Parts: sequence; C-alpha cells; structure tokens
Amino acid sequence: MGKKALEGTKVLEYASFVSGPYCSKLLADLGAEVIKIERPGVGDKARERGPFPEDLPHPEKSGLFLYLNTSKKGITLDPKSTTGKKMFLELVKWADILIEDKPPKEMEGLGFTYEELKEVNQQLIMTSITPYGETGPYRDYKAYHLNICHVGGLGYLMPPNSPSLEREPLKAGGHSVDCACGVNAALATVSALYSRGVTGEGQSIDVSKQESLMNLVRVYAVAYANDKVNPNRGPIMGTAAAMGGLKKCKDGYIIATLAERPHWARFFKLIGKPEWDEDERFKDTLAIADHYNEIDPYISEWMMSRTRYEIYHQGQELGCPIAPVRSIDEVVNDPQLKGRDFFVEVDHPEAGKTVFPRGPYVFSETPWQGNPAPLLGQHNEEIYCQKLGYTKEDMVRLRESGII
Amino acid sequence: MTGRVLEGIRAVEFGQFYVGPYTSEALAYFGAEVIKVESIRRPDPTRWFGSTGGPDPKIIILTDPNKSVGFNELNLNKLSVNLDLTKPKAVELAKKIAEVSDVIVENNRPGVLDRLGLSYEAIREVKPDIIYLSASCRGSTGPERNYAGFAPIFGSLGGLSEITGYADGPPAPPIGGRTDIVCGTANAFSIITALIHREMTGKGQYIDNSDSEVISCLVWDTIMDYNLNGRIQTRRGNKDDIFAPHDCYRCKGEDDWISIAISNDEEWRAFAGAIGNPDWAKEERFQDAYLRKKNEEELDRLISQWTISHTKYEVMDILQKAGVAAVHSFSSKDFFSDPHLKERGAFTEVEHPVIGRLTVMNPPWKLSATPAEIVRHAPLFGEHNNYVFGELLGMSQEEIKALMDEQVIY
Repeated sequence: MGKKALEGTKVLEYASFVSGPYCSKLLADLGAEVIKIERPGVGDKARERGPFPEDLPHPEKSGLFLYLNTSKKGITLDPKSTTGKKMFLELVKWADILIEDKPPKEMEGLGFTYEELKEVNQQLIMTSITPYGETGPYRDYKAYHLNICHVGGLGYLMPPNSPSLEREPLKAGGHSVDCACGVNAALATVSALYSRGVTGEGQSIDVSKQESLMNLVRVYAVAYANDKVNPNRGPIMGTAAAMGGLKKCKDGYIIATLAERPHWARFFKLIGKPEWDEDERFKDTLAIADHYNEIDPYISEWMMSRTRYEIYHQGQELGCPIAPVRSIDEVVNDPQLKGRDFFVEVDHPEAGKTVFPRGPYVFSETPWQGNPAPLLGQHNEEIYCQKLGYTKEDMVRLRESGII
Repeated sequence: MTGRVLEGIRAVEFGQFYVGPYTSEALAYFGAEVIKVESIRRPDPTRWFGSTGGPDPKIIILTDPNKSVGFNELNLNKLSVNLDLTKPKAVELAKKIAEVSDVIVENNRPGVLDRLGLSYEAIREVKPDIIYLSASCRGSTGPERNYAGFAPIFGSLGGLSEITGYADGPPAPPIGGRTDIVCGTANAFSIITALIHREMTGKGQYIDNSDSEVISCLVWDTIMDYNLNGRIQTRRGNKDDIFAPHDCYRCKGEDDWISIAISNDEEWRAFAGAIGNPDWAKEERFQDAYLRKKNEEELDRLISQWTISHTKYEVMDILQKAGVAAVHSFSSKDFFSDPHLKERGAFTEVEHPVIGRLTVMNPPWKLSATPAEIVRHAPLFGEHNNYVFGELLGMSQEEIKALMDEQVIY
C-alpha cells in the first residue's frame, strides 16, 4: 500500500450534525487533514444525539458523533467575536477546502461569503451544503432530515406498494438521506480539488440537499415533465410486481428482483418448478406479468415454508437475485462483511473500543484510515499554538473569554 | 477558467442498469469522455425499460433501444459503441480503447470481465496507470462475491429496508434508483480521489466497491446502537426518537402532505404562534419536548385538523416564515412547477433525436469555476462506432465495415 489518496490535503470543517461532517469524514478517512470547528463548550449537535452506551447521554460518547468524525482534529471556536473571526480567517488561509453547512444568511452576516473568503485565500475551495441551496426563494427555509426526505421527492414514493394512499408518505430510515447528501457533496469537492491541482484555481460549490435527493430519484423526478404521469406510492402491479418485490417467508421477508427473463428461469428452478421455464404463459417478462397472479399463491406458500437464509443461499447459488430483509444485528454478524474486513475497531479515549465500517470502497493502492473522533477542543493547542502561533497565555485568555 | 474539470479524461464503461451507468454519468457531467460499450447481444437492459408511472405503474418493455426516457436520464453526455465481447477480436478492440483511456467502470457480476479477458490485470498490461473500478452487490472478494443484486436487494442486505416503513407495516425496500445512485456517487468519488493520487504519483489502481457496503455506511449510527446497547432498531414511519411533532400531515388537496419537524421549545412556540395560538397548543401536555413526544398521537391529530384546511403551499409559507421546518412532500408534478427549482435551474432540456425534446435533471452541484453540465442526450445505440473506431483508434472505414460484417462491432 502506498500513500493515502488525499494525504497533504487541508480541510476546514465548519459544519455540524450529519451531512457536512459525513462529507469531510470521507475526505479525512482517505488521508486529508481535517480540522473541525465546534462551538465552545457545546460542540457539534451530533454530540447530543445517541446512540449512547447504556443510553446515558455524554458529549464524548455519542455513537453518531464518533462515527461521523473519525480521523479529524477538533478545535473549538466562536467566529462571531472579532478575535474569533480573525482566527477563523487564519484557518481559512491555511485550508485548501472549507466545508460548511450554515444557513446562507448566517455566513453572510459573519462576512464569510465565498467572495470575502477568497480575499484571504485565492485558491480556496468552499463547499456549502444547505437544505435548499444558496439561491432561490426557499434558500432561507429550514429543514431537518424528515423534511429533506419529502422535499427531495423520495417521501412521495414511499413506501412502495403502500396499503393505502390515505396513509402518509414516508421518510427513509435513520440518517441515510443526510449521509447521502454528504457523499454527493464529497464528490463535487474532490472534483474541484482535482481541478485545482491542474489549474491552481479554487471555486465555490453550492450543494442543495433537496437537489441531492432529487438526483437520486431522478428517473421519477422527470416523469411528469416527460410523460405527464405523477408516480406515487401506489400499488405496484403488472410487470413491476412480477419483477419480484417483497414476500413473506417463514422468519421474515424476502426480496427478489427478477429484472430479466433468465432470472425467472433460475427462480423457477429454485421454487421447484423448472418446467415453468418452458411454459408459454411465461415466455417473457410481459407474459409473466399477465399470468403472475396464477402462480403467486404457490410462490407465497413455497416461501412461507422456508427461512430467509435458506432461500437466500439456495437462490443465489442458482444465480437468482434474491435476498433476505436483514435486521441490523445480522449486518454486524455478516460473514461476507467479515470476509472483506469491513469492520474495524477504533479505540477512543472516552468511549473505549467501538466498531466502525472501513470506507465504502476498497482501493488497491491507497489505504483507508480510521482514527478516533476528536474530544471537544482536543486539538486547540496543536492548531492554535503550533499552526497559528498563539502562545499558551493567549490560549488561557481566549478560553476564558469564550472564544475557544 | 472555462471548461469542465475532467476534460481530457476518458472513461470506458462496461455498465448496466443504474450503478455503473450513474458512476460514469457523473464523470461525464464533469467533462470526462465516457465510452459506453454494449452489444446487440445485450444492450444495457435499461434501454428496454419504459414506465407508465402513475397510480398503477407498469414497466413497459420497449422494442426500440433508443426510446427509453429512463436510459436517457442515466446516460447523458456519453458515447456508445458496439462490441460483442464474446468474440476475441472485440476484446482486443476493447483493450485498444482502454489503452487510450484513463478509467474503467464496470458493474458486472464479479468474474464476468475476467473471463472475457478484460480483468484489471489484463487492462493494466496495455495501460499501466489505469484506474479500474468494479462495483457489485457484495464486492469482488469474500464468500458471497458471486451473489447478484439490484437496489432492493443490496438496500435490504445493507440494513436500510428494515428501518424504513410504517411501524405497523412491512419493511420498505428502496426502489427507483435512489440507492443505486448513492452507490454510483460513492464510486465516482473514489475514482476522482484515485485520479488525484495518479496526478501525484503516476500510479493507477483497482477499486473494488460493494453496493451493500455503501448502504451500511449510510445507516451506521443505527448499527452502532446495536453494538453499544444490543438494541435492534426497526422502522417507525416518519417518527423521531425524541422530538414531536415529526411527521407528514394531510393538507387540503388530493394526496397533498406537509412534513413538519420541531426539535425544540422555541420552534414549538413559533409553530403555535403561526397557527394562531389555538387553546390546545397552550395545554400543559404539549409544553416541552418530553411531553410532546409522550402525547404525540393526540398532538398529530390536532395538527392534522389545522393542516387539512390549508393547501400545502399555504402551510409551508406560514410555518417557514415563523422559522419552523415545514415543507410538503414533493411529487414529480410539484418539481415541474415549483418556483424555487425553476429559479435554481434544477432541470434542463435536451433534444433527443428519437424521442424528441426531453426534460432532464441538471447535475446536483453548482460549481462556480468548472460547472458540471449536460451537453448531450444519452447516446443512441452504437451511435459513436465511427468516431471511436475510426477517429480514436484510427481504423479505416473498410476495416470498421468488415468488423461489423463479422459481428465483432455488433
């Protein structure tokens, strides 16, 4: 293994909770030096959210925070004071990349627009992650994860095959959409970094979470404009249903995605009906759609007498795209993930040993790193004294005045 | 600076369905020249998928490979060539294209390209600094490396399906590409970091990505709750662990809903004020986060009574002006007419030579110096055979014609 891919890249993070921190975590875990700015005394909002060990809230033990902030350095700073602002600008000068998620108005109020920061650092790349983007009539509107799921067009489609349209559209589980926005912002950020390596120029990047999610459901997003249809979470019928979908089995749910006719041949073999492959009624996927109801009772019964993992392994051995709906504990105990060294143990001074996933990619040349998340203000001295040249006495005064 | 970031970078895509195609589409947005390799024996299956959408969505199987709106949406800016890779001569041509390229993107089942003679090792022999990305359901190593899967499958294996859905309903597997495109985004991210590394060191590399791992990384906090507390989280509709109100409420209109999330007392007071301080909002049982969560069911009922008498835009307007996170559940139709998205230019149009004028979604980032852009419609099947084999590889028209007759360029 060689050098880390982003070694030498300097990132300043002025962000909190999920999307911004996940974006810069992706860079930090690939070797970038990330300095995370947190509010003095309080810290990142994720420090207040669980999961906590034994459900006891503790700002250094939030599982969410520990996960989203691996491999970063942490400092505290209040850029609203005159001195704090000066220090913030010194850090901007140091950085190649600034990742921030503040409301556009707040950054304008602080004098931290891209134009102003560019005065300090001509080559700066500034990635701004906001709910609705930096422009447009909704730019100052608020949104949490729930709202993003809905404003991004995903909620309206969820759950697929809803039992009733009288029931509400749904968000996606966990913080998954906020994390997805972070990945989207990270992609644009490294593209700008690549460009800067070639041309020496920085730039600003405006990432709207709404558009990030719309991009994920883009095939649906353009449906009305192009076909005058308005997809919702209604019943999945016809060919779409015949492509598989969710089935109850002995110990939970099975999902099959039989997208092409050869998948059906394997599926028929799996369920002990290889002769159906020759049956005229099932000659292609359209024909299967027409006749699916005739075989559904048999399929349901077959499923109900078997467990998820029986069906999974037998089906996959036959080349059939089929899988169990897994609960969270099964992910952790997955032999495939273990076989791929997906889990790494990170030892944190306060929280102890915790298991994290290595990054969602395996590079042959450039290693991944997973160092523990910073304690609140852990690297103040290192950054302020060694990097910016403040003295130990300065530090005392800055601390007492609430600036750091 | 004008021009796009990856101008001068060339990528070859052996992709199908969503993950591989979106990976290279993202590169193409940034200006890479992406050559998509397909064969008449097996075009990208997305070319056959049309959809009626609507309340009774049916997949329509198309007979013309150049008519799928979905394919267009996932393959913008690319070029298409035909090669029947079961023939050794076609494999040699694919290698010739790789030789003048920087990146390979493929999302076949692990082992497929190896058997065809297009493994990373094989390509590296002709192009030593190639960046070669394989994306598959479970990754190219490990006991389940040969297992196949589409988004609903890797979404379920990764842990996302189990935690999405109504509390009293079945799990809701992801459909419609959203998990595929997250994977494609992570893939494109890893490719560009590898390009940065190549700039510095001159070295290419192999990237082995697993779709289900990308998904598990998105829900890791839920997984940590199991690791820390042995708790197995499951689905809870739109609800939050701590805060209320936190749900979608019906508005006036047909299937119109507003999402409202309140995370502190200040927002609660703003909310109560914005809806005219009704008596119920003053009741003690709603006065702090703990009490609101405890009495959530009743709270939801009362809020619904207010929202149902207003349109979704009225509710959003009233609540956002008061500083409350409220926004409606956008449908495709809403996207089409929304003033905010219009002003931001979220959509644009392309002129497709077969389908006609099509609305497409613009790239989801606004870069000030090197804008990501849509410059052309998705390629017609084999549209660029002449450009790639003729101009790029320098073959004569006669040679190309002969290889077409031999069904190599096919």
